[in-house]
Order: sequence, then C-alpha cells, then structure tokens
Amino acid sequence: MDRAELITLLSSRLGSALLSTEEMKNDDSMLVVDRKQLVSAVGTLKNDPALGFSTLMNHLGVDYQDRLAVIYNLYSPLHRNKITIKVYLDRDKPEVPSLERAFHGISWYERETYDLLGIRFTGHSNLKRLLLPEDWEGHPLRKDYVYPASYHGIETGRPDLLDDTAAPGGADV
Amino acid sequence: MSKYSSQEMVLNMGPHHPSTHGVLRFILQTDGEMMVKATPDVGFLHRGIEKIAERLPWQSFLPYTDRIDYVASVNCNLGYALAVERLAGIAVPEKAEYLRVIAAELSRIGSHFIGFGALLLDLGAVTPFVHALRERETFNDLMEMLCGARLTHNYIRIGGVSQDLPGGFREKCLAFVDHLEREFIGEFNTLISRNTILINRLANVGVISAETAEEYTLTGPNLRGSGVRFDLRKDEPYSVYDRFDFEVPVGTGRYGTLGDSYDRYFVRIDEVVQSCRIIRQALGQMRVGGEIRTKVPKPFTVPAGEIYVRTESPRGELGFYLISDGGRNPFRVKVRTGSFSAMTIIELISQGVMVADLVAIIGSFDIVAPEVDR
Repeated sequence: MDRAELITLLSSRLGSALLSTEEMKNDDSMLVVDRKQLVSAVGTLKNDPALGFSTLMNHLGVDYQDRLAVIYNLYSPLHRNKITIKVYLDRDKPEVPSLERAFHGISWYERETYDLLGIRFTGHSNLKRLLLPEDWEGHPLRKDYVYPASYHGIETGRPDLLDDTAAPGGADV
Repeated sequence: MSKYSSQEMVLNMGPHHPSTHGVLRFILQTDGEMMVKATPDVGFLHRGIEKIAERLPWQSFLPYTDRIDYVASVNCNLGYALAVERLAGIAVPEKAEYLRVIAAELSRIGSHFIGFGALLLDLGAVTPFVHALRERETFNDLMEMLCGARLTHNYIRIGGVSQDLPGGFREKCLAFVDHLEREFIGEFNTLISRNTILINRLANVGVISAETAEEYTLTGPNLRGSGVRFDLRKDEPYSVYDRFDFEVPVGTGRYGTLGDSYDRYFVRIDEVVQSCRIIRQALGQMRVGGEIRTKVPKPFTVPAGEIYVRTESPRGELGFYLISDGGRNPFRVKVRTGSFSAMTIIELISQGVMVADLVAIIGSFDIVAPEVDR
C-alpha cells in the first residue's frame, strides 16, 4: 500500500479524530489527532485488522514554544506500515490521556516525557519522575528552562578558564 | 498460624552492584528467597544528552552519540548519521556504506562479547568472560587501526566515514572472522553454552512470550529470543544490508521454554556468526579506493522537518527522532534505545522468581545503563 492509499484508508477509519495529515521524509506519514479522541483513535489503529498498528516504536514530547506536543511512532508488522501520530497540547495545561491500556510498554516513555517536559498523562498508573530526582524543579526539555544555579547547596556552575576578562587568580578551581 | 512471622522484606540492590551493568538500582520486595517484585530505579547516568543536542551544531553531536551506548558506539553513530542524512537528503558514497557496515558489524560482535560475557560473569562463571574479552581485544585493535580509538570510536561522519581501511586491516579482519567462525564459537559453546550448570541457571528463567515481548516494545535480540523473526537489517534494510546473505537467528526453547533467558543468551552467540558472514561479504564486495565521504555544505544546516529513523543496534531498535527548524542546531533529538524498553519489562517478569534469578534476567537483557538514562 502506498502512502496516499494509506492516508485515504486512515481518514475513513478515524473520522473526526483525524485533524490533518502531513508528509514526512522516510516514507512516513504524520497524523495530527484530536486530543480528546486519542484513546479511541489509537484503539482503532491497533485493533482494526486492515490497519494493525500493534507496535509502539517510540514516544516523545516536544516543546514547540507556542504549544507542546506528544508524538507516537507506530508500526504495523502485519502490513509493514509506519505512522507518526501527533497531538498538540495547550502550553498552560498540558494534559493528554495515557495510552498504557493500549501499549503496556509505554509506561516508562510517558514517565520520561512527564519528567523532562512536564506533560501530564491522565490515567497513568504511576506518573512519577523517572530520570531526574523527585525533588528536581522544572522540566529541562522545555525551551524556556533555566538551569538552576545550585542543587541542595551544591553549585552547578564552573568558572570559565578561557575567559580573559576574569581577574587573574580570581577563579579557584 | 505459624509461630514465625512471614513479613515481606525490602532489599536494596545497587546502584553499585557488580551485576547491574553500570549504575542501576533495584528495590526488591522479597519473601525469603522468593521475590515479590523488583522495581528498577534509574537515572543515575542521566547526562541530558537530548538537551545537549539542542545546543550543538548537527555535526558536533556525533561524538556524543558514542556515549549513548559506549559498548557499541559505531552503531549509535550510524543511527544518528543516517537520520540526519535522510532528513537533509544527503547521499552517501557506496564505499562509505560498506565501511559503515563493516565497522557496525564488528561493533556488534564486540558488543555481544560483553553482552553474554558479562551475563556469565554475573552468574559466577569468570573464565568465559575472560575468553570473550580476549576476543574483544582483537576487535579493539581492529577499531584502533581503523580510526585510532578503542572505545568511543566516532568513526562515522554525516555523509560518510572518517577514514578508509588502513593497510593490513583487510587481512587482520578476515583472520579475526575466520578465527571466530572456525575456532572460537565452537570452543566457547563447548566450554560454557552446553554446560549443565549454566543451562540450569538460564533455562526456564524469565520466560517472555512473543505477545508480551511485543506489548512491552522489546526489540532486537530480546525480541528474537522470544521467537519473533524481526530484524531491521532484514525487514527494513538500511545502508547496504540488502546486499548480504545472512540469517536472523531466533530463540527455539532449546533447553527450556521459548523466550527464556537461555534463548536470549544463545541468540547473541548465533548473531556473532551471522555478523562474521556479513563482514566477509562486505569485504569481498567493497571496491578498493573511491570516495568515502560526501562533502556537506558549510555551515551545515538541515531543512526544517521531522523524521524518525530506526536501526538495528546490538541492543535492539535504536531510533532517532529528529526535528529541525532549519537552523544549525537540532530543534529536538529523541533517542529511543533497546535497553530502555527492556528495563520496563523487568518489573513484570521479576514477580515470583528467586533473588539470584534476577541477576540472570538482567544479564540476559544485555542492558547498558547509559542507554537507559541517556
């Protein structure tokens, strides 16, 4: 099945959940899906035998500055198709339903996205920080993130040894 | 009622435990020697590689990809370079494709030596680990000849590779491949793979069915250990992998159940043999001389767009999701690694096994901690 046929099939099956489609490099297609209908759309993609997108390849969150997004890369081993699903989220209240029921393996991916981008996954069984300490403040992959000057009294910065303007002998390392 | 209390006990394993392959921590809930649950605690090696990428020019990020999985750094170089090239529409000279395949397959062999060698070491079999490391030493020497580095190779460039084969490499590489196929693998299997104690430690331990493996997004040897014949080199060929004749080994449940730790262990040994076949064919097909790198424009920018490219690394699917806004730096880089998805299933299959079996299970996944934390 080529890309155009796949898009036609997908838009007939997904109906109003599909907001728009875009072409991607690498023979991939991008579907922008409505946030409220994400769970049912993914259910259709996974369980419809004509589609069979039963494998999750990858999940990530992105900060596009004006808004946030979550992206899911799905693969259909049956038909050897790949699609990319994107859901745009409000910057003020970034919330999206968790896909744990559809893909068990997504649990840690969603925790990582929550940890690094502050996107909340409603209905997630254990939405805690994954990589950063639990008392870390902020979400580093946000574009407006400012690196903290210290953590528990430990300074995070270092003097720049190549900076000539610093007073000689001033920087103790 | 028994007069003895049967309370569950919480034990801590790691982060500095010899069998946690880097820095991983597990919180074990145990009932005597039986484990109720093992909860992994990760992040000790989180270096923020994805954030670092956003602050560097496209090409300057390449050495950092070595550090995603330092046991198989060429494969990480390759995954990133392929993704950037496809997004920017850069064609790579044929000769460079062959050099990439040779380096990547050598790296896969070297990585699997650590993979199954460390598993055996964790189980208490020290000698086979030394044998595996002895062979990895030749791999290190070959890579040193090729690019000067022994661990973080940084051999691949966007548009090609950094160097052509040096004199004497071809002969040494062929001798290495011959030695592995004709001597080492047989000797190693006699020494340890068919050892009753090893079989008892690995067979029927940590059984994962094909359905569960797919649900938990397992990839690479861990997925193939469950009997799923899926290899991106075969099913979605990139570079010049479609020109080689090789097989995709899968688990068979030889000594126990399909998808047990022994299957995952033995799939890696079989893959070493297949990588040897690929290297021999690549050396045979490759022309002497010729371009090894496409010149890329300076300053190097990538047209705005998004792409997801996945490759077969020794630890499974290594995917790069790149977003470019047309500038000199990536807008967003997401690295999807095989070890990360393997970690998510440990909580499930550790339920109800012996504490000592957890070591076998972790080892059988060939987890490399920096790949989990990035």
